[in-house]
Amino acid sequence: MIGITSYGAYIPFHRLGKETKNWNSATEKAVANFDEDSITMAVAAANNCLNGFPLEGVGTVFFASTTAPYKEKSNAGIVAIASDLPSDTFCLDVTGSLRAGTNALKSAIDAVSSKPERQALVVASDLRIAQPRSDMEGVIGDGAAALLLGDDNVIAEFIDCCCTSQEIVDVWRAEQDSYIRTWEDRFVAEQGYLKLLPEVVTHLMNKHKLSVKDFARVALYGMDVRRHQQMATKLGFDAKTQVQNPLLNSAGNTGAASVPMMLVAALEEAKQGDLILLANYGNGADAFIFKVTEQIEAIRKNRRGVGAYLNSKRILPDYETYLTWRGLFDKAPLQRRPPMRTPSPAAMAREISKNLRFHGTRCQHCGYPQYPPQRICTRCHTRDKFEDYRFSDKRASVFTYTMDALAPTLDPPMVVAVINFEGGGRAFCVMTDRDTSKLEVGIPVEMSFRKLSSSEGIHNYFWKCLPIR
Amino acid sequence: MAEGIKDKVAVIGMGCVKFGENWEQSAADMIIEAAYEAYEDAGVDSKDIKAAWVGTTQAGVRGNQLAVPLKLEYIPITRVENACATGTDAFRNACYSVAAGVYDMALAVGVEKIKDTGYSGLETSFARHKAQDTWVDPEAFMGMPAQFAMAATRYFYRYKLGYDEGKRILAKISVKSHHNGTLSPKAHLHREITVEQAVNAPMIAWPLGLFDCCGVSDGAAAAIVTTPEIARKYRDDYILVKGLGFSCGADQAQLQDDYDFTHFEETVTAAKLAYQEAGVKQPRKEISLASVHDCFSITELITYEDLGFSPAGKGKEDVDADTFTLQGALPVNTDGGLKCFGHPVGASGIRMIYEIYKQLQGKAGPRQLKDPKLGLTHNLGGLPGRFVCSVAIFGRK
Repeated sequence: MIGITSYGAYIPFHRLGKETKNWNSATEKAVANFDEDSITMAVAAANNCLNGFPLEGVGTVFFASTTAPYKEKSNAGIVAIASDLPSDTFCLDVTGSLRAGTNALKSAIDAVSSKPERQALVVASDLRIAQPRSDMEGVIGDGAAALLLGDDNVIAEFIDCCCTSQEIVDVWRAEQDSYIRTWEDRFVAEQGYLKLLPEVVTHLMNKHKLSVKDFARVALYGMDVRRHQQMATKLGFDAKTQVQNPLLNSAGNTGAASVPMMLVAALEEAKQGDLILLANYGNGADAFIFKVTEQIEAIRKNRRGVGAYLNSKRILPDYETYLTWRGLFDKAPLQRRPPMRTPSPAAMAREISKNLRFHGTRCQHCGYPQYPPQRICTRCHTRDKFEDYRFSDKRASVFTYTMDALAPTLDPPMVVAVINFEGGGRAFCVMTDRDTSKLEVGIPVEMSFRKLSSSEGIHNYFWKCLPIR
Repeated sequence: MAEGIKDKVAVIGMGCVKFGENWEQSAADMIIEAAYEAYEDAGVDSKDIKAAWVGTTQAGVRGNQLAVPLKLEYIPITRVENACATGTDAFRNACYSVAAGVYDMALAVGVEKIKDTGYSGLETSFARHKAQDTWVDPEAFMGMPAQFAMAATRYFYRYKLGYDEGKRILAKISVKSHHNGTLSPKAHLHREITVEQAVNAPMIAWPLGLFDCCGVSDGAAAAIVTTPEIARKYRDDYILVKGLGFSCGADQAQLQDDYDFTHFEETVTAAKLAYQEAGVKQPRKEISLASVHDCFSITELITYEDLGFSPAGKGKEDVDADTFTLQGALPVNTDGGLKCFGHPVGASGIRMIYEIYKQLQGKAGPRQLKDPKLGLTHNLGGLPGRFVCSVAIFGRK
């Protein structure tokens, strides 16, 4: 049986909301911190999905995004390494349409169908930027979802899918475009979304002799709240009992991650035997049917999906902060330190395990784990008898910290902390996604993959800590 | 068995420029001023200098930065970099060359030109001077105030000092140093401050505010060392080196999860070495005065304890008892310290020795202590777990 074997999601900590000064909208949406991008959010979702699974069992990673940080250079490869997957994992970037997430899902199903011995990970993540004060700005948001596909211990069996493409210029970004462009909204809705998606859904239901009533949950792509409701009505699904919350008023339209996030949320509440319909749109339409199995209850333990993140949030105090984080407001930096230098790619290549996997070493003589990796043990001075030790999945507590008011950060003050890991070992790190009024010695923290700096087109990814969400 | 340095080296001349925003002076100008004050003080000529050490972290490279301005012709000169202990380490190496009998007379100069960098703080991370790196190390992203602020956070936590109490104790240390600075013509800052001002000053790295941080200045200082036998030919009141301790951390703060951040082992071990050489058994009683590394007020507080002046966790009681003021039992930073001189990194260590030298000679002017016998200097550079620390002890002949 081929199907979904695990799930995970990620919604950033910050929101634009009605309390945000100058946001001028009642809509709430999730906005990634300045140190996040589609790769870092994907890693968070992937780690939530892979938690507890043997990582060597994963053979393929599909990274689906319309906002991959690199145009020429693999993005999926970074996601795989930061998720601590084996270095022989086949990594593929899936991009182009807003269906990238479900396109990748179809490809992953094909991958495990042909090679079932290793599972396939789909991570969809998007951090799109709309022009300030445009209608689109109020609609979109940031987020990520991850799905693991395999043929053993399946929690939602893949029944069938129908995927078609459509040539239409409705929503687009060209090579040089910073912002999402759209054509006139009635054309966009009527000639694309509302026209093609119902056709594909109806075709798939008819093929399996299923009717609207047979589905426990339907995850329908929503251009915006109004069009989403219109689609549900058109297809005949009951808004209260069947239609999965499209998160448009909490996370926003998260692009390629949108429908995968809805699927994760549906799985978080699903019961054995439930039929789930997935319907995605973006230069074509994808529809999928999954059937929930008896394994669904067992997977929920230690799994973070959409639910865990919805109420863990900090509303941004002002719209200016959001603009600054996105580089749309060119605020003068603090003139206290020279800017960070561009990292050396040669050094980056040498330090992949330390910086991206966040591996330290554990002394095989005295057993003490240490970060960064050492060749001579800090405790017993034994030389070169170490095993790799993963710190990124360990929780820690704050031993001491400070708030640096002079550090050149886009989210001042920069909180730096010394943290002690469960199981031993320690790290000095920057703390992100924190509420400075709640800092204390002893608070529990977890690790998060972030961008430490970017210059000359090189993103310098590293791990930061944050209060457990 | 090693004999140690005690009484093998004499300081016969010292010089120190006025520290400050020396916009009109280059590093070379300050080197010449400091060195020639030292020559005149000793009564020597530049031809008497047989070897030299120059300490700087960023003012220049190679020994030539000393040879060129001073026209030291074809003598061996070594550039020393050891963070905030740079100046004292240049001095230490000069002492060893004399003690080894290799040279009759050596010059040590420390210099720094911080104000030309364009950054109004000691924020140019040393790590960023490296040519290639991935810049994920704490030294790359953490400023100096943050590194010491984390010690303050933990110190307050461990010894149950509430924020207000902790801030007040730190403020008293800065108030004391600012007072001493007013009596010190070569200091950068000459202004009394109050506890209230210090406590309410803008935050730099919580819990450290503006007055918990040392100033930022340019400066240079110089010392001429020789053997006691030769020293006698030049003056009666030469000063003897009694002990030179030095210690380097091996990243224990980051690697070992029981490193406490409330004491710095580098200071403890460097002091132990220096006390041993000098034959000091009870530092609190035997040391007459000390110039300690007050880059931040918390550093000075922790140093009182690490040098054995106060028991661990009890520095606060001595601060409240005014033990370390000019009138106290063990005056510390009698010239105003880094707080008022600022911290031109390479120059600071020799500037501290200058104060001890003048105090021991009875030439410290309005801040002169009564009959001091043993003086100590202490420098702590780097960050927790990766400190370099020098402790030097000086006495009258």
